[in-house]
Amino acid sequence: MNAASPDVPRAAEPLVHREQPPADLLIRAAHVLDPRTGIDAPHDVLVRAGEIAALGAPGSLPAPDGAELIDGEGRHLFPGFVDPHVHLRVPGQEHKEDLDSGTRAAAAGGFVAVVAMPNTDPVVDDATVLRSLREAARREARIPVGFLAAVTRGLDGDALTEMAELADAGALGFTDDGRPVHRAAILRKALQYQRLCGRLLALHEEDPSLSGAGAMHEGEVSARLGLAGIPSISESTAIARDAAIAGYEQGRIHIQHLSARESVAAVAEAKARAVERSGDEREARGRITSEVSPHHLTLTHDAILARLDTRLKMNPPLRSEDDRRALVDGLRDGTIDCIATDHAPHAREEKEVPFEEAPMGTTGLETAFAAVFTDLVVPGVLPLALVVEKLSAGAALMGLGTPRIAVGEPAALCLIDLAAEWEVGEHGYESRAENCCFDGRSLRGRVLATAAAGAVVYRERAFALSAA
Amino acid sequence: MRHLLSIEDLDRAGIERILDRARSFTEVSEREVKKVPALRGRRVLNLFYEASTRTRSSFELAAKTLSAEVINFVSSGSAVEKGESLKDTVQTLSAYRPDLIVVRTPHVGAAELIARWSPAAVVNAGDGKHEHPTQALLDVYTLRERLGALDGLNIWIVGDVLHSRVARSNILAFTMLGARVTVCGPPTLIPRGMEALGCEVRYTLDGLAEADVVYALRMQKERMTESFVPSLREYAQRYQIDGRRLGARQILMHPGPVNRGVELAAEVIDSPQAVIGQQVAAGVVVRMAVLYELLAGRTAPDRQLVTA
Repeated sequence: MNAASPDVPRAAEPLVHREQPPADLLIRAAHVLDPRTGIDAPHDVLVRAGEIAALGAPGSLPAPDGAELIDGEGRHLFPGFVDPHVHLRVPGQEHKEDLDSGTRAAAAGGFVAVVAMPNTDPVVDDATVLRSLREAARREARIPVGFLAAVTRGLDGDALTEMAELADAGALGFTDDGRPVHRAAILRKALQYQRLCGRLLALHEEDPSLSGAGAMHEGEVSARLGLAGIPSISESTAIARDAAIAGYEQGRIHIQHLSARESVAAVAEAKARAVERSGDEREARGRITSEVSPHHLTLTHDAILARLDTRLKMNPPLRSEDDRRALVDGLRDGTIDCIATDHAPHAREEKEVPFEEAPMGTTGLETAFAAVFTDLVVPGVLPLALVVEKLSAGAALMGLGTPRIAVGEPAALCLIDLAAEWEVGEHGYESRAENCCFDGRSLRGRVLATAAAGAVVYRERAFALSAA
Repeated sequence: MRHLLSIEDLDRAGIERILDRARSFTEVSEREVKKVPALRGRRVLNLFYEASTRTRSSFELAAKTLSAEVINFVSSGSAVEKGESLKDTVQTLSAYRPDLIVVRTPHVGAAELIARWSPAAVVNAGDGKHEHPTQALLDVYTLRERLGALDGLNIWIVGDVLHSRVARSNILAFTMLGARVTVCGPPTLIPRGMEALGCEVRYTLDGLAEADVVYALRMQKERMTESFVPSLREYAQRYQIDGRRLGARQILMHPGPVNRGVELAAEVIDSPQAVIGQQVAAGVVVRMAVLYELLAGRTAPDRQLVTA
C-alpha cells in the first residue's frame, strides 16, 4: 500500500489555533442536518465543556446552570464547514489579510477549520518558516488552521522542498498553488517522495504556455473586451498530464479549483482509470480528488461583460455557462469531492486598477454557503444536504477529522438562518480585504453563530444582541 | 450621453446626430479664422498614457477650434512614471476642474474607471485592445460622405483583429448602421468567439471581391516575436491589399499609421479608392461633434455625483 495513505503517523498536531474557553450551550429546537449521521430534524443540542453532550427532541433538554441558551427555532444547525484552500497571506502580506482577520472571516462563514496555502513571502518552503507560522497561529487564529507547504523551493518549480521534514513539522500536504508544478519530472519526483513522507499533493493546474498573460476566460467575452484569454485547455491538459504521472507513480493528488468542463471530464476519466487498476473502488477514487469554488459554481464570464470589475478577476477565471453547469454536475455526481473557497484577499489599492493590472483573486469565506445556497439550493439545482456535506468534505481529503453532530464529538457547528436575506458587503467584511466577487449581491442564508474546536468563535452582531 | 466610452453608449440615432453635426463643422475649417466660440471657457484635458500623434493632435485641434482650453498630460515625465496610480492621477487632475477628459491608455476598461473617479465627462480615445469609439465614428463619417449610407454595405476588416481596438469599435458601429461585416486574417490573429460581435470570420481573402469596403488594419512588427505569424513576408503574401486584390469600385480604408509594403502595397495607398486622407480630415470634425455633444448646453459637472 502506498505510504501516502492517511495512516502515516503525524509528528505534529495537524491543526493549531488560539485556545479559547470551552462552550457550555443549549441550542434549542434547531433543525439539525448532518448528512453523514443522517440526522435531519429539529433537535435540542447540548454542548458541555466544548463537547456535544446530548441530542434530544425539541424542548426536551433542560438548560444546565451556567449554560448559554441559544434559540435555534426556525434555524438550521450544520456540522461546521472545512475549507481546504484559503490564502491567509501570513507571513509577509499582512496588508491583505492576517491570521486573526482571515480566521474571523472563516468563522463568520460557518467554517470551523481552514487550510492555508504556502505562497506567502517568504514562501512556506522550510520547516523554520512553518514552525514560526504555526506558533503565530497558536496565538492568533480564532479557528483551527492547517498549513500546506510548498512542493518546490520558492515556488520556482526547480527544486523539491525538504518534504519529509516539513511533514514532521506539521505540513498537511504540499502545493505550489498560484502556480503549476510546470516540469513533469519535478512533479514525478514529488510523487515518488510522497511514498516517504506521506501527505497529499494539491495541484494548481495550468499550462503557462497556454494561459500566457491572459486576464480572463478565453471566449466570446474576452473577444468582445479585447482582453487576452486563458483557454480552458490550459487547465484540462495539465490535469490529464498530472493524472497520468500520478497513476504511474501510484500517488495521491488533489486537483485544486476546477473551472472548466474539460477539466471535470479529465478528473472523471482519471478516477475511472484508477478504479480499473485497483480492486478497491473507494480507495481508487480517492487517489485523485478535486475541489470547486463557490464562485465557479455560481458565476460566469458574462458577469465581467456586465461589469468590468476586478473583483471578478481570479485564476482560474470565471468561464462560460456551459462550464459552470459541468462543475455543478461534477459536484453532484462525485467527480468533484468538495467545495473550497480559494479565499484570496487583496488590498483595495491593489484591486482598484485597470482589469489587466489587477492581481488574481476573490475573497470567499464569508459568502461561500450563502452564494451556493442562494444560486443552487434555493432554485432546486442541488440538495441542501449535498452542499452541507461538500462544504466539509475537504477535511477528510486533508487527513483531518470531519465535523459531526453526534454525542461525544467536539462542538464544530454552525447555526444558519436559511430565510435571512442580506446584502454582501453592506456592513463591511470580517476579512481585512473587500475584494469579494459577490459584493453588492443579495444572498439568502446568514450564519448566526459558529463553534469551532469546542468554543464559540463567531456570533452575528444582531443575533448576539437579540440573545443578550 | 454623459461619456463616450464605447460605441455601445450610442444608438443609430445618436451616431447620426453626431455625424450630422460633424458635417456642419466642416465649414469652420474653410474660414480664415478657424474658430467658433461654442465651448468657450470649457476645459478639456488630454490624458495620454500611450504614444499617439494623430489622435491626440486631432482632439486638441477639435477642442481649440471650439474655443475650449486644452491641457495635455502625457505619461512621459509625469507623475505616472513616479509610480502614481491611475486613480491618484485622475483625482489630482480632477482638482483642475476639467469639464472633459480625453484618455488613451494601454488598459482595457481604464476610461470607464476614470469616468467613475472624476466628475468630468470622459471620452475614450483607446483603452488597450478594447475600443476606440471616435475612430469608428470618423470611419463611419468618411463612408457616409463617400457613399451616402452604410445600409447593406459589405465591409471587410482585414488583418490583426486580435490586437485591434479599432476592429472592435468599427464592427459595432458598422453593424449598428446596417452594414454586414466580415473580419479576415490569419487564425492566430482572430480571437476565439469573435463571431459574438456580430461579424463573419474568414481566414483567406478568397471572397474579397464581394466587399464594397476593404478596411485594412495595421500589422505590428512585434507580433512576429510571439509566433502570431511566421514572417511578415508570409503575412504580406496572404493578406496584403495590393493592386491585384483591390477592385476598382472598392473603397480602401486604414486607421493609420500604415506599414507600407506590409498590410498595404504602395500602389493602393495612393490609389483613388483609398480614403485614408479623408479619414484623418474627418477626425477633427467628428471629434468636434463629440466634444460638442458631451459639453454644449451642459452645466459644469456636478461634483456631488462622484463616488470616491
